Amino acid sequence: MASIDIIREEELHDGHDEHHHHDDHHDDHHGDKYQSNFITTYIFSTDHKMIAKQFLITGMFWAIIGALMSLVFRLQLGFPEENMAWLKPILGKWITVTDGVGTLDPEFYYALVTMHGTILVFFVLTAGLSGTFSNLLIPLQIGARDMASGFLNMLSYWFFFLAGAVMFASLFLSTGPFAGGWTAYPPLSALPQAMSGSGAGMTLWSVSLVFFVVSVLLGGMNYITTVLNLRTKGMTMWRLPLTIWAFLVTAILGLLSFPVLVSAIFLLIFDRSMGTSFFLSEIFIQGQALENVGGSPILYQHLFWFLGHPEVYIIIVPAFGIVSEVMSVHARKPIFGYKAMVLSILAIAILAFIVWAHHMFMSGVNPFIANIFVLFTLIIAVPSAVKVFNWIATLWGGNIRFNTAMLFSIGFVSLFISGGLTGIFLGNSAIDIQLHDTYFVVAHFHIVMGIAAFFGMYAGVYHWFPRMYGRFMNETLGKIHFWGTIIGAYAIFWPMHYMGMAGVPRRYYRFDNFEAFSHFTAMNQFITVAAIIVFSLQVLMVINFFYSIFYGKKQTELNPYNANTLEWTVPIGAGHGNWPGAIPHVHRWAYDYSKGGRNIHQTEPLSPGEQDMGNDHH
Amino acid sequence: MGTFFIIASLVLLAVILLQIGKITEIAGKLRGEEDMQMRSNAFHARLGVVFMVGFLVFTIVSFMYYKNSMLGYGPHTAASEHGVWIDNIFNVTMVVTGIVFFITHILLFWFAYKYRERTGHQATFYPHNNALEMIWMGIPAVVMTFLVIGGLSVWNRTMSDIPDGMKVGEDYIEIEATGLQWQWILRHPGDDGVLGERYYKNITGLNPLGQLWEDERNLDDIHPSELVLPVGTPVRVRIIARDVLHNFYLPHFRVKMDAVPGLPTYFVFTPTTTTEEYRQRLRDYPEWQQPDANDETKQRWETFEYELACAELCGRGHFSMKRIVRIVEPEEYVAWLAEQKSYYSTTIKGTEEDTAKGVLSEAGM
Repeated sequence: MASIDIIREEELHDGHDEHHHHDDHHDDHHGDKYQSNFITTYIFSTDHKMIAKQFLITGMFWAIIGALMSLVFRLQLGFPEENMAWLKPILGKWITVTDGVGTLDPEFYYALVTMHGTILVFFVLTAGLSGTFSNLLIPLQIGARDMASGFLNMLSYWFFFLAGAVMFASLFLSTGPFAGGWTAYPPLSALPQAMSGSGAGMTLWSVSLVFFVVSVLLGGMNYITTVLNLRTKGMTMWRLPLTIWAFLVTAILGLLSFPVLVSAIFLLIFDRSMGTSFFLSEIFIQGQALENVGGSPILYQHLFWFLGHPEVYIIIVPAFGIVSEVMSVHARKPIFGYKAMVLSILAIAILAFIVWAHHMFMSGVNPFIANIFVLFTLIIAVPSAVKVFNWIATLWGGNIRFNTAMLFSIGFVSLFISGGLTGIFLGNSAIDIQLHDTYFVVAHFHIVMGIAAFFGMYAGVYHWFPRMYGRFMNETLGKIHFWGTIIGAYAIFWPMHYMGMAGVPRRYYRFDNFEAFSHFTAMNQFITVAAIIVFSLQVLMVINFFYSIFYGKKQTELNPYNANTLEWTVPIGAGHGNWPGAIPHVHRWAYDYSKGGRNIHQTEPLSPGEQDMGNDHH
Repeated sequence: MGTFFIIASLVLLAVILLQIGKITEIAGKLRGEEDMQMRSNAFHARLGVVFMVGFLVFTIVSFMYYKNSMLGYGPHTAASEHGVWIDNIFNVTMVVTGIVFFITHILLFWFAYKYRERTGHQATFYPHNNALEMIWMGIPAVVMTFLVIGGLSVWNRTMSDIPDGMKVGEDYIEIEATGLQWQWILRHPGDDGVLGERYYKNITGLNPLGQLWEDERNLDDIHPSELVLPVGTPVRVRIIARDVLHNFYLPHFRVKMDAVPGLPTYFVFTPTTTTEEYRQRLRDYPEWQQPDANDETKQRWETFEYELACAELCGRGHFSMKRIVRIVEPEEYVAWLAEQKSYYSTTIKGTEEDTAKGVLSEAGM
């Protein structure tokens, strides 16, 4: 009995006397037969709390790699004439030194841009964000001892790790990593003759992403099953914290869209190595006419963006959830319009599947279909506006604690507004004729789903750090991190709007070939300097993170923020199984903050005649 | 570059050192935690307002500073008929989103400041208000409806093909642009106004487009090094890719369309401003009165040229696929066309690849 911490049958047979017996007399100790030694505790762990940390720290590793890549290509864009010979020890043959002046190889510039995109989108903002917080919070906030399958959950992390290992290996290929953009459009990605990175680099890119999708699917199935089946007694769907709604919807989006990416990758692999013509037709390259006819590169784009668009919501929706929760806790107010917040997440998720071709207005699809995709795309502004106004209304009348987590939540709303509004330009196909593939797009998506998602992640990390490590991160360093990052991030991306309006295309190695694009030398230098400063602030955050794991201020109160959700009923440093005793039952929604002048925890029964916001219908 | 890296490292180091100081400071004050917390709240709430004001002012100032990069302003007005429509819908959207941007940012940071935590203060329990939520769902819905209608009417007018009944070579000009790694090959139809057939397997070193010389319409086709077009006449550009995706991008004309191997695309537009007129327009702006980098005797406006670029990543030379575009008066265009020699006559005729001989004699040419 002592070792049965997390037998799922306990929950499944919740009324059964014998099992209740187990539950109530749970031994308070760390580890169980599944987590008995170093390897099973820290490496092949099946404890969702440990897997969350694994996702987070792996994500941080990739964030640093991805950001360093961006610094190298920003140096190229800001200071194209400068000597880069000092990078030769790291980049080797990709720096050509003539007369003592080192130049970055254009192909490697494109490899850096491509890897930066792939790493940040998939490894950092999908695995690092949703992987971390879905794992950490789903069992803790719904009152479950672990995920539905701890084993699959472990596999989910290790497939992610494997994907990362393969991608990392591709960086060291003599032909270079894949360099055809994170979207990997064929024929560029299909033909090694077209670009050296499209050889072995593309093969490893494909393999890595297939492993990554396996990871997402294993994780997603687990998240969905857990939320639907393992909620504690009384935790109805309308009583779930918004974080859980967000993770549930994210997992569903991933489950429905990632397999389509795999299908695109498989067809691409067939075209690359088996002579099929799914995406290839009438190509003359390197002095040779290829036999392939009848394929369509646009088919790939449809398949890719059928994942690619939901993917941006897979990135941002968890941030919606985290920000809503953090904001409510620290404003000491219920989240304004809880049901509208849930419904707007659902609406955004449904729309996510019918807007993919807005990435393809200028790709040669029939212009008529833009009519449908513009309509659905701009409809997304409506649920998005509801979310923004509801966040602002949550602040109204609050008693707001300005800790780092709250600052990042407020910053998130600012970024989501700034980046969301520029989406209204790009989603309108007529305006997209001019802005498509310019720096305006770069500014738009970096602000709305890059920086904003990072802010959601930071809000979560600062807020739940004590839940993960029993200590707090340093608040002063955190606040410097916040102010520096929000100012710096705007300094990087705001000017790019002007470049985009002027028509400067993205993915240019240098701008001086064109009179129309070469006016922005000073701006490009400014952006590069800002990027270096912002990067150094993220290093500060990483230092704060690891320092605080060991030396941070200790968490002494079980519920340090006086929050209403279940994760703060779990003892500090709890082992696998979370609650040493019985799992608490839930009697109300998660947001009874300042109700009648006090905070009422979810576990507190309703007083006679009291209305539960989570169950009544207005 | 080395100095640059050193500066960056110093910034980082400075930040770290500064902070180690702050950590000790905080440790000393741990006792008065609530007082510290309230002070910190007040400080960061104010900082939020300062940030908001600074950000909005910076937005306005940078808008003014870069107004000449904005679509539809000063030197950056469109040089094509549909380009003006695009610039208009862009500016309408800018006004609408600008208003929302300012209102929401003011509210966000003002509320955060006003409702900061203070000793003895209580938050209001205010979970929802359906009427309010309907209002802020309804307003964006209405505004979006107008933007969708406005945008799509511009889109559908812009993207429509040449209307039936218009004659190629008379009512409109059809030209062709072929993207390959890493240049554009342009083709004008010559006297007959019609482009000849091509097949990708016929491509050779001499025949980069794979033109079929048996097809008479090819014999007068021109491969000019610059894209020369008359002002005021609709142009239909056939856009073709020979190897990977490219994108036919004319920033001054608001023209952009992917070139897709195996799937010819097109874009129809009407240039409205000649190169010379555009230069005269630029002449008034100080940034265009600077001496030209390549020719010190001239100012920048005097050497201005329209440009054709590639806007779809196509490999290592993607950033260099430039062609000069010249928009000229119709008479000038006719004169220019008369000067051009057909690609067949200059390069193919009499070579081994010349398969046109039979056709020519049969046609009695």
